[in-house]
Amino acid sequence: MRIVIDLNRCQGYAQCVPLAPTVLKLNGEEALMYDPNPDDSLRQQVLRAAASCPVQAILVERLDDKGEKP
Amino acid sequence: MKASALVADLVTEFKTNGRIVIVGASLAGLRAAETLRDEGFNGKLTIIGDEKHEPYDRPPLSKQVLKGWVRADHTKLPRTRTVEAEWRLGVAATGLDRASKQVRLANGDLVPFDRLLIATGVRSRPWFNPKEAALEGVFTLRTSDDAGRLQAALATKPGRVLIVGAGFIGSEMASVCRELGLAVTVAERAEAPLVGALGGVIGDIAAQMQRDHGVDLRTGVSVEALEGDARGHVRRARLSDGTTLDVDVVVASLGSIRNTEWLEGAGLASGFWGVACDAGCRAFDLHGVVTDSIFVAGDIARAPHVLYDYQFLVLEHWDNAVFGGKVAAHNMVSLEPDRRPHLPLPAFWSGQFGVNIKGVGVGPFADEIVITQGSVKDRRFAAAYGRRGRIVAAVTFNHGKWLEYYGALIERSAPFPPPPPGYDQANGNKPVPARFPDPRVPTGFPDVVLTGHDPTARGAEYRPKKQ
Repeated sequence: MRIVIDLNRCQGYAQCVPLAPTVLKLNGEEALMYDPNPDDSLRQQVLRAAASCPVQAILVERLDDKGEKP
Repeated sequence: MKASALVADLVTEFKTNGRIVIVGASLAGLRAAETLRDEGFNGKLTIIGDEKHEPYDRPPLSKQVLKGWVRADHTKLPRTRTVEAEWRLGVAATGLDRASKQVRLANGDLVPFDRLLIATGVRSRPWFNPKEAALEGVFTLRTSDDAGRLQAALATKPGRVLIVGAGFIGSEMASVCRELGLAVTVAERAEAPLVGALGGVIGDIAAQMQRDHGVDLRTGVSVEALEGDARGHVRRARLSDGTTLDVDVVVASLGSIRNTEWLEGAGLASGFWGVACDAGCRAFDLHGVVTDSIFVAGDIARAPHVLYDYQFLVLEHWDNAVFGGKVAAHNMVSLEPDRRPHLPLPAFWSGQFGVNIKGVGVGPFADEIVITQGSVKDRRFAAAYGRRGRIVAAVTFNHGKWLEYYGALIERSAPFPPPPPGYDQANGNKPVPARFPDPRVPTGFPDVVLTGHDPTARGAEYRPKKQ
């Protein structure tokens, strides 16, 4: 699956981190690091993490992979 | 038929049967394509990209990818919708014929368009000596392929990494090297890291941060030559202060070059400064007259900004690509008065040495800086930049929640030094010179380069020296 986080918008609340700890990590106090293409099996975790973000900075692709991608 | 009805028919016809070509298959191009479909463009859409990869995100490359946590080919961008485009990937655009409205591709194909979006971005500036650049172990970082190669080299535990250039990317790479336990030297021509974007006051803090984390930081020096061994692998670097270094990996982090060569002869206001356009993303021609069918977005777009005396600014920032792409797409399928301006408050971030650096506004536009909140010693503070009594930029170190406060002040041209935020004030700090390098001197860090109103004249100050 694919995600991207708008790190301009992200304010380091880190609500998302415990909900998907293998996908999202804090580097120091405030700098969020993440896996942009985590395994599909983590989808539920990632969707919960995205929903928890107070500033809604996490964009999760909701298309299935059958799309017309090159 | 009334003229207004005729125009409305034309718009409907264009949205149904028009042809739009997007050159550049990265963040700006992708978001533009999605917006075109969102706005009801049902005609033929072609996306051309010189890399073979579908659109991917670049900021992770210098961080989690180099660290080895995320694979280089695992930063593909999420799509917000299907775009039903013809993707021409792995083939560069090599020419534009505005008279016949065609884009020429490297394989000789011609792609006709009614409207064109230029989103070809930038590439990394190569090491200046081609023979030395060809040595094994010498890298630049811009693409996912670059990142994959460099990550593999770092994973072999090289004895020492040399990073030439301490801008954001160079500093981030140095941070990753230290996190990996690698010995790393950073050579920077300026007095400190990040001075091009943030000035010398913040640069001194960034320098201390690097040294605290064990980076061998050398400032005020340039790297004059690289030497290889018998097998053609880089082994030594000679610095301008006469010292030599034993190195196994060298990364040239010398800023970027804008991908405008393919537009030569097209008669647009394009050159080393990018492609000049209006705030509605419409390209200017060579004479500074706005075009009707050619639009520009992303790192390559140079547009006047109302907050900064209408100076033409290039903003090599992530959200400038997102929002610029969206506005360009909207305006490609809209007529006056429905066109929108792209008036971003510039914003960026960088993660390095465990510190989240975030900024808004255009620092190099300022002449003064004041630390407004927090503690520099704790690497947790906010600072505001001012020019002639008004706030024009702000930066935070691990203090990102405050950035909105400063962003709002910048947007309404509030006084500098800014009014206190209410609490968490750094007591008694007075504005001091921000110590930006003279903008007339090319710095090797052209993150935001300012020019005057006329892109074909005033911009010439920034042409890099011919090697």
